[in-house]
Amino acid sequence: MEVALSWYLTLSAVLFVIGVAGVLFRSNLIVILMSVELMLNAANVALVALSQSMGEVSGQVLVFFVMSVAAAEAAIGLAIVIAIFRNKLTVDINNINLFKW
Amino acid sequence: MQVPDILSIVTFLPLVGALLTMAARSDQAIRVTALAVTTATFLISVLLWTGFSVADAAELQFVSGGFNLISEAYDIRYLLGIDGISLLLVLLTTLLGPIVVLSSWKYIDRHVKGYYTLLLILQTGMTGVFCAFDVVLFYVFFELTLIPMYFLIGIWGGEERIYAAVKFVIYTMAGSLLMLVAILYLGHAAGQAVNDGLFTTDYFKLVEYNVPISTQTWLFVLFALAFAIKVPMFPFHTWLPDAHVQAPTGGSVILAGVLLKMGTYGLVRFCLPFFPHAAAEQAVLFGTLAVIGIIYGALVSRAQPDAKKLVAYSSVSHLGFVVLGIFAFTLTSLQGAVIQMINHGLSTGALFLLVGMLYERRHTRRMADFGGIARSVPLLTFFMVLTALASAGLPGLNGFVGEFLILVGSFGSSIPGMTVLTAFATTGVILAAIYLLWMLSRIFFGPVRNEENQTMPDLNRRELIILVPLAALMILMGVMPQPFLERSEPATAQLLELVQAKQSAAPDEPSRPSQKNMPDDPVREGGFEVRAEPDTSQTQGMIPYASMLQAMDH
Amino acid sequence: MGADRAILLIVLLPAAGAVLNGLLPLFWPQLRRSEALIGTIGTAVIAVPFVLAVTLFLQGFSEPEVVPFYTWMGAGDFSVSVAYRIDHLSLIMTLVVTGVGALIHLYSIGYMHGDRSFWKFFAYLNLFIFMMLNLVLADNLLVLFLGWEGVGLCSYLLIGFWYEDFKNSAAATKAFVMNRIGDFAFLLAMFILVREVGSLSFSAIFAGADQMSAGTLNAVVLLLFIGATGKSAQIPLFTWLPDAMAGPTPVSALIHAATMVTSGLYLLARMSSVVLMAPAVMAAIAVTGAVTALVAATIAIAQTDIKRVLAYSTVSQLGFMFMASGVGAFFVAIFHVVTHAFFKACLFLGSGSVIHGMHHVERKLRHEGYNGAFDPQDMRTMGGLKRFMPQTRLTYMIATLAISGIPLTAGFFSKDEILFKAFEFGYDGHAFAWFVWAVGIGTALLTAFYMTRSYMLTFEGTSRWPRAAAVHPHESPWTITGPLMVLASLSLAGGFIGLPKLAEKLGLSNWIHSYLASHGPVAEIAATAHVSTGMEIGLILLGSLVAVGGVWWAWRFFARHELAGDGHIRVRFGGLYRWWKRSYFWDEFYGKVAVKPVIDGAEKALAPLDSAVVDGLVNAVARMALRTSSMVRHLQTGVVQAYALAIVLGVVVLIALMAG
Repeated sequence: MEVALSWYLTLSAVLFVIGVAGVLFRSNLIVILMSVELMLNAANVALVALSQSMGEVSGQVLVFFVMSVAAAEAAIGLAIVIAIFRNKLTVDINNINLFKW
Repeated sequence: MQVPDILSIVTFLPLVGALLTMAARSDQAIRVTALAVTTATFLISVLLWTGFSVADAAELQFVSGGFNLISEAYDIRYLLGIDGISLLLVLLTTLLGPIVVLSSWKYIDRHVKGYYTLLLILQTGMTGVFCAFDVVLFYVFFELTLIPMYFLIGIWGGEERIYAAVKFVIYTMAGSLLMLVAILYLGHAAGQAVNDGLFTTDYFKLVEYNVPISTQTWLFVLFALAFAIKVPMFPFHTWLPDAHVQAPTGGSVILAGVLLKMGTYGLVRFCLPFFPHAAAEQAVLFGTLAVIGIIYGALVSRAQPDAKKLVAYSSVSHLGFVVLGIFAFTLTSLQGAVIQMINHGLSTGALFLLVGMLYERRHTRRMADFGGIARSVPLLTFFMVLTALASAGLPGLNGFVGEFLILVGSFGSSIPGMTVLTAFATTGVILAAIYLLWMLSRIFFGPVRNEENQTMPDLNRRELIILVPLAALMILMGVMPQPFLERSEPATAQLLELVQAKQSAAPDEPSRPSQKNMPDDPVREGGFEVRAEPDTSQTQGMIPYASMLQAMDH
Repeated sequence: MGADRAILLIVLLPAAGAVLNGLLPLFWPQLRRSEALIGTIGTAVIAVPFVLAVTLFLQGFSEPEVVPFYTWMGAGDFSVSVAYRIDHLSLIMTLVVTGVGALIHLYSIGYMHGDRSFWKFFAYLNLFIFMMLNLVLADNLLVLFLGWEGVGLCSYLLIGFWYEDFKNSAAATKAFVMNRIGDFAFLLAMFILVREVGSLSFSAIFAGADQMSAGTLNAVVLLLFIGATGKSAQIPLFTWLPDAMAGPTPVSALIHAATMVTSGLYLLARMSSVVLMAPAVMAAIAVTGAVTALVAATIAIAQTDIKRVLAYSTVSQLGFMFMASGVGAFFVAIFHVVTHAFFKACLFLGSGSVIHGMHHVERKLRHEGYNGAFDPQDMRTMGGLKRFMPQTRLTYMIATLAISGIPLTAGFFSKDEILFKAFEFGYDGHAFAWFVWAVGIGTALLTAFYMTRSYMLTFEGTSRWPRAAAVHPHESPWTITGPLMVLASLSLAGGFIGLPKLAEKLGLSNWIHSYLASHGPVAEIAATAHVSTGMEIGLILLGSLVAVGGVWWAWRFFARHELAGDGHIRVRFGGLYRWWKRSYFWDEFYGKVAVKPVIDGAEKALAPLDSAVVDGLVNAVARMALRTSSMVRHLQTGVVQAYALAIVLGVVVLIALMAG
């Protein structure tokens, strides 16, 4: 059975929406970071699928960039989370509102 | 002899000095550096006076720069130059420079480096304001004065310095931002009309551009509001007493001596020639506000228990005269206004210095705390009485010349209602005598009520060095004001001629100015030639009035 | 020496004196003690100009000569030069100013001896003479105004000379401010003239005056007159002059009697050809003068301070001069200025000599342990001084007779001429002049009375100071009595420069009339109806009778009653006397209707208004910004997810828009 392009794109969209929902509605910082990763990987899926169907490699090249960005982001993001945890003993985003008013 | 770009040197030497003071190590080294730099600036600026060609005083002289500031896409230039009006104000600024440095010598004892650095930056801003012949450049300098002054008041000021500093900055900034909007609009409109669609803020091109009557009023209001706040005119004056009372002596001197003149200078330099119709329409309004300011300022001044506040309010009164002279649209009154700007800078500057000296001695400015000190400080008394009399407009001293010319010119103005306004303004001479003599008699005369006043030390040598030149100038300009008047007269005359030519021209049509008094050939033979000759690289930037008038006659 | 060089020296020498005596000791305190040097310089710089003025006087100048120096200020069409004008009027004033001035400088050397501010006194006096010379020699109104304000300044400085007493400083301020009110009118007059004539030089004004409309002309003359009332202490601006007696006595003699206060008359005489074109204002001038003369004379009766009597007498005599100006006899006004300078300076210097003596008494009394109150200027504690101060007494008596108008003294000729001119003007068909004349006669009687009273209470009768038997004053030194002698002689002989018209029958002419009016710059009215010789003789007899009668009456009255005479007058006049004593409550009136409302208005209304309303509005704008932002800031929750949600929604909306 041939897997149509639309399936890949649908998967990518579903993953992305799950990621957005996670960022918007979860309160644990680590989960939010993971949701961000999910969004990035959703984009990766879409890129690879489109690249394959269009016979163009540049999309695949871009995926490597995204992965490295994701890695860097994860590293920095987790470092910040750790720093925040050390300060506030929590990673609940509802308790981190330094810019309130 | 043409010193290259002497005007740029005068303008930016203090800024270089600011870098030097930042590098200096000890407090004493900082003071000496600041004094040396300001003195050198003053001495160089004297070359402006000696090299200034009186015969061509209407033309722009000592032109410096002329290159584009941002990019070729915008006709915004670095262009400095002086005519007769600017000359006097630049010299006032450079003269007050070393005086302010000396006056702060002992009084400023913390953050010395910051103080003198800011002072020097401030001087660059003030000088630039009076030399800039590009409106955006003017605006940059205009705003550049704001920041150092903010810190001068906010750091070295009195009890409520933060309130005063914030009020000063926000109030004047509110006005000048509106002006910025007007400048952008004007630059665009003028670019369309006279500059092949290229955005321009070149002063001479803007003057050349006849702003349509319908937009004149709005642009005029935006410009005039910025300057009216700076002057300050009634009812926009309330930042002044706060700023003055809170500022350290040096700050007050600069504020009264130079910063306020930027407002009246702006009215003369920009509002009149850019928007002559609107200015004529609003003349009675501005005249009325000026006269209210004269009387109101004087009366409120009389009610102050604090000597510094009294002097601050007297500025409102004195600058009312200047504004009245500007909006009377006669050459006599305009000349009076220009000379009165200088006079006010000298005498009110000196008054603030003297009040500051009293404060340094007794750490109070309340007049009730003094009394009878004429006996212990005869020299200080002498200078204070002299300055107060100059400020009150006693003939033979400088204040009278300006006031009289303004009043006699305004009285003969053809603007309806000006005669009556002038008559009311003349009551200012009575009121000035009342509040100034009241101050003298409270502080210096009567019995000594306070033991501390018995042993107050008289002026020391440093203070004498500060006061003697000011006093000498007050007398000189009272007895022989002609050398000053004749330097600014060609410029004011041509400005007024231009304004009248524009006013008499039919709206939105090319104006037809009269051709009299027009120099045949701007190039003079021999001697030093200090005027900008329109060479290839600078042609666009250099349109002196005379050729501009011809251009308008197409 | 050319006239221009002479004028330059005349004007600049006093200025140089002021600088030498003022600035040098100010900066080098060790010079302050050298009284001899300062006094010599101070007097010489006035005496030399006097000599120069005499040489100019001898040269003639029946045609005015203008000596221009440089352009003072010029802007547009308006230009004013520093230029001086030599003609008969300015010469005669210069002679009086420098002549009387030099005598008073000489007198001051003795009078001010030992004062710690001796140097300052001479600097101020020199400066005063400089300014006064500018005033009388000016060729245009602005230089005149320079002198006008300058003398006002010196008057201010000298009234407040002993500034340790706050009263003196207040009197000085009052004088300056009241003068400024007059100057306000003067300025307006100049503005009108510049607008109408285009120049302030006298020749231009005289030439252009007839082109002005009647209304404008009246306005100009009225404003100039108001200016003159300030400087010359007339109703309504006269109350500063009595207070001005706070200054040292030579100042009262020089500034507040002989010279400065007459500058209003000089102004009117200088502008006489213009003033004559405004007959309605002239009537106002004459009536104001008459009323002032009468009011001041009645006040003088009730004063006990010897200098205040003389001050009100000055106001009254100035009123006489304004009467003369108002009836078009400007030269007579100047004539009276001259004679008044002689006898009033003599009286003031005499009173100064008396005060000097009484100070001596006070010092002795204090030395002996007397602790009561003692006012050396109060006539109630004087009396019988003729035994101790014979020269002072003699000169004071001569000057008293002269001011009273005893025949053949200086005052007789000038005052009689004023009354005669008023009478003649009335005879000519101006009804107001009758009133002026009648008031003049009445005031002349009062003058004779109150001046004789002051003489009697001071010099005759018994000595009334404490321990009078043991403590005596002594006669003053020659620097004081010398000038007194000179001035007394002039008070006797000075009147012969202005003989009445009657003298023409004897082949004698009225010199001052021909000098100032016929061959000089002062305009006069050509009378159409002439008073007959018989009537003139009658008028002279009436004048003499009034003077002699007044003196005789007062002499007998106070010889009998001495100090109790005042009590008799008080009983006789009752409530009216109280008004005299308190100067008709004039100061209280001004205080209530002008000073207090302005000061209170400024302090209690305007200043609070400024901070509450004008500044309040500014702060209200600031508070509004604050309030708005404090509402809007609640959008900023600080929860990152809320911001992210907003972004997502925004993206969704954008995509929807792009898709739709």
